[in-house]
Amino acid sequence: MNAVWKVGVVASTRTETPTGRSIQIDVPGWGGNLAGQHVDVRLTAPDGYQAVRSYSIATASPGDRLELAVDRLPDGEVSPYLVDDLLPGDELELRGPLGGWFVWRPEQTGPVQLIGGGSGIVPLMAMIRAHAASGSTARFRLLYSVRTAEDAFFVPELEQLASAHFSIDWVYTRVAPEGWPVPAGRVGPRVLESSTIPASEMPAVFVCGPTGFVEAVADALVALGHAPASVKTERFGGK
Amino acid sequence: MSHVDGNSLAGPLSDLFSIDITDAVGRCVGCGDEAVLARAMVYVSGTDLVVRCSNCDDVLLTVVHGPGDLRLTLAGLDALRVAV
Repeated sequence: MNAVWKVGVVASTRTETPTGRSIQIDVPGWGGNLAGQHVDVRLTAPDGYQAVRSYSIATASPGDRLELAVDRLPDGEVSPYLVDDLLPGDELELRGPLGGWFVWRPEQTGPVQLIGGGSGIVPLMAMIRAHAASGSTARFRLLYSVRTAEDAFFVPELEQLASAHFSIDWVYTRVAPEGWPVPAGRVGPRVLESSTIPASEMPAVFVCGPTGFVEAVADALVALGHAPASVKTERFGGK
Repeated sequence: MSHVDGNSLAGPLSDLFSIDITDAVGRCVGCGDEAVLARAMVYVSGTDLVVRCSNCDDVLLTVVHGPGDLRLTLAGLDALRVAV
């Protein structure tokens, strides 16, 4: 593990949703990370007060450029700054890459089911990008749950990456797009059964999202026959 | 109070352990459950952490930052297994 705090410089930002954006950061000496890892971000106020938060990394490329994507939490201490105020050229203190459990490695050849809620797509995006970049033919399927279509991150790139080896199932929990075949609703056992790789194929499953979402999905997956050890979860708090 | 999971321990505990603690398997004193610490439940208050067993909810470990020091309790873990 590398506990050293490094200084990164914001290279660019991109609006992803009405409340979220992605941030591209150059970190000299970063040297790449595994798909699914996270980083701790430390902000220091003029009076010396410090706040540290963990953010998943959306990229898994070698080199010193990484991407985060952050959703603004209404009562957040750090996320409003990252989403609303941070500018290219600004510096951020970062510690990482961190975590070796919620990761996918290109040498894994078995089927993979990804399940993301909202900005929980971020570490899954790193896996999807690593899958494509490595030319992996492992079967990848993503179930992406968002409140409305405009709340989805990385839409153009996800659509572009869809292939014979990677497919996407969308779930809209508040408002479905016009003409969508099913009404808006949460991810429950029925959706999981119809729109994910079945337990009989023994996929590695990665679930990331708000705590309530992750726990409901993980419990339903085990009830559908997935081995608890094959379901890896990452909760980021919230409702 | 909301919680996150043991994945978030990687950074804070990297000050104490040279290995990735989130991928280490811990055994709960309370119920004997063995699980990677990434699966534990982490309750956060500022920079202080209370880590609970995801099976029985007993406290596995705590991390408290004092002025100029960091205090770790491990009373709820009776074994830790790490890959080498």
